[in-house]
Amino acid sequence: MYKFLLRRLVFSIFTLIGATIIVFTLSRVVGDPRLLYAQEGGYGMSDQAWDDLGVALGLDKPIVVQYFKWVGDVVTGDLGQSLLGRNDVTDLIKQKVPNTLQLGLVSWVVATLIGIPLGVLSAVKRGSFWDYLGRGFALLGQAAPPFWIGIMAILLFAVRLDWLPAGGKGEGFSGLKNFILPAGTLGLAASASYLRLTRSAMLEILDSEFVKLARAKGVGTQMVIWKHAFKNALIPPLTLSALILVGFITGTVVVETVFTWPGLGRLAVTSTNQNDFPVMTGVVLVFAMMYVVINLVTDLTYALVDPRIRIG
Amino acid sequence: MATDVSIGDSQSFAVVGRAQRKNWAQRRWQFVKDWPVLPVIMLAILVIMALMADTPLWGGVTGFNPEKPSLGDRNAPINSDGNERDYNRAVERAEKNGDPIPDRPHFWLGADQFGRDILTRIMKGAQISLIILSIAASVGMVFGTFYGLAAGYFGGWLDEILMRALDVYFSIPFILLALVAVIVFGQSINVMLALLALLAWPPFVRNVRAETLSLKERDYVAAARATGASDIWIMWKHIVPNVINTVIVIATLRVGQLILAEAILSFLGAGVPPPTPTWGAMVAEGRDYLASAWWISFFPGVMIFLLVMSLNFIGDWFRDRFDPRLRNSV
Repeated sequence: MYKFLLRRLVFSIFTLIGATIIVFTLSRVVGDPRLLYAQEGGYGMSDQAWDDLGVALGLDKPIVVQYFKWVGDVVTGDLGQSLLGRNDVTDLIKQKVPNTLQLGLVSWVVATLIGIPLGVLSAVKRGSFWDYLGRGFALLGQAAPPFWIGIMAILLFAVRLDWLPAGGKGEGFSGLKNFILPAGTLGLAASASYLRLTRSAMLEILDSEFVKLARAKGVGTQMVIWKHAFKNALIPPLTLSALILVGFITGTVVVETVFTWPGLGRLAVTSTNQNDFPVMTGVVLVFAMMYVVINLVTDLTYALVDPRIRIG
Repeated sequence: MATDVSIGDSQSFAVVGRAQRKNWAQRRWQFVKDWPVLPVIMLAILVIMALMADTPLWGGVTGFNPEKPSLGDRNAPINSDGNERDYNRAVERAEKNGDPIPDRPHFWLGADQFGRDILTRIMKGAQISLIILSIAASVGMVFGTFYGLAAGYFGGWLDEILMRALDVYFSIPFILLALVAVIVFGQSINVMLALLALLAWPPFVRNVRAETLSLKERDYVAAARATGASDIWIMWKHIVPNVINTVIVIATLRVGQLILAEAILSFLGAGVPPPTPTWGAMVAEGRDYLASAWWISFFPGVMIFLLVMSLNFIGDWFRDRFDPRLRNSV
């Protein structure tokens, strides 16, 4: 068990180091980072000012030294300043993280609450109305682009029916209304994959020998479904949870843009559109960190749920 | 195919028994049921639309230029004629010059905020999507296959390095990598191609590696090696032909995801630069006109949905047909 955990932990650290190297390389691939501030020789920048800026940014040192200096800054929580507003990137990110986490969490709950029960229902009542409903739902969630679903939801519920706000994050109790559309949109694709996986896992288990034995013994239908089958069918969806949480990273970028949600994803997009490199790098790092943590936690849950992994 | 019928199920015997006594109509129906006919038709229509968008042969069926604005027709509704004054002026000009009198333009799916015909732009967008996708998917497929082949066949430290590199690759959310790349390299069709190729390859690696690991232990590989065949020869002649089925199945299943990715990037403004139409960008452009002209966002989104759905169906069918073992892994 401890060996397994240690192995995973070391891997995560290597992954993070790899991610920082890639982000750093990308930030240097542009060529001279000074070009982000000014065109070469443009805006009346003297050679002296150009060199001074280079020294200020530490460009006179070898690239390896620059990398370690940058990593050192990152570890101490200093992600630099944004090019546009000269704000500390760390502060900017700190403001946005709670909003994104709230949205992600609510969407995850929505996805789980819709996807798993509908998947079970779809498997148990195979070929019925519920099965077709579930499968149609899965089809929509998998093939329709999330931003389009979001925009169509705005068109229907905000523009035409005027029931829900079209975007933004409200304050207090009435702010809950602002959650419905973004969380629903983000949760739709996720619940579709939950549904598919739960359905196929349930079908497989309902067909297995021990379920047949339970039925033959005369155990009640509800008991067979929930106690014997459901518990065993839960492992694949649990595995999927990590993937879904990771998928939310892409999802939040899209959904936050559609619904003008003040979160990390929107920060990523606006900083891209404004060519604000330091902000972008910071957001990528935070997301990569989230990713590593999610994967680590998933591995832990596996080990807890499935004894085969713990021993092996 | 009776993949859905489990062995031991009393019904399956009945199905098998009936299958031998099928008449012509039943066989036809079986054909339609087994083959994803509707998705294939859908895909064919899309390809034809893409071909008809601007080839000199048809001269653009709809008679519009997908990139040329026409300010009199801004946000023209579905199934409406072009602006009357513009048309009258065009007719006058034609009469004065003795040219043939032009047809009045008709917007079957409405016009966007610059008065460009949405149907034409959708067709042009289909073309762009198909070109980008076929190139990106092929590059990703070839690269991923060889990567997985190398990792699985040579094993040892090379395998370890290649697989750890893949782990690192997975640790960076693709969408953010794409956004960074767009800042660094700027918006262009080549950047888009490179990004999609970068997104396409990992699933090939995992599956090809796993297959290669088991294939290289087979007797015929040992025999080939005993006769003095080189590694390259063994890989090319004895392993590649055996993994090609898997590769094709993954490729078809992957294309749908690539389309969604392309649409998402275009939507976020990181795709092919305007005025070239892409479906994702068209949906994004229509966002500001939702209240007055919903058709700008609606139709391109429907197209994405239909295309991805057909590709998913076709991919599923391919998988069940050629490599059912992939059912749980892709």
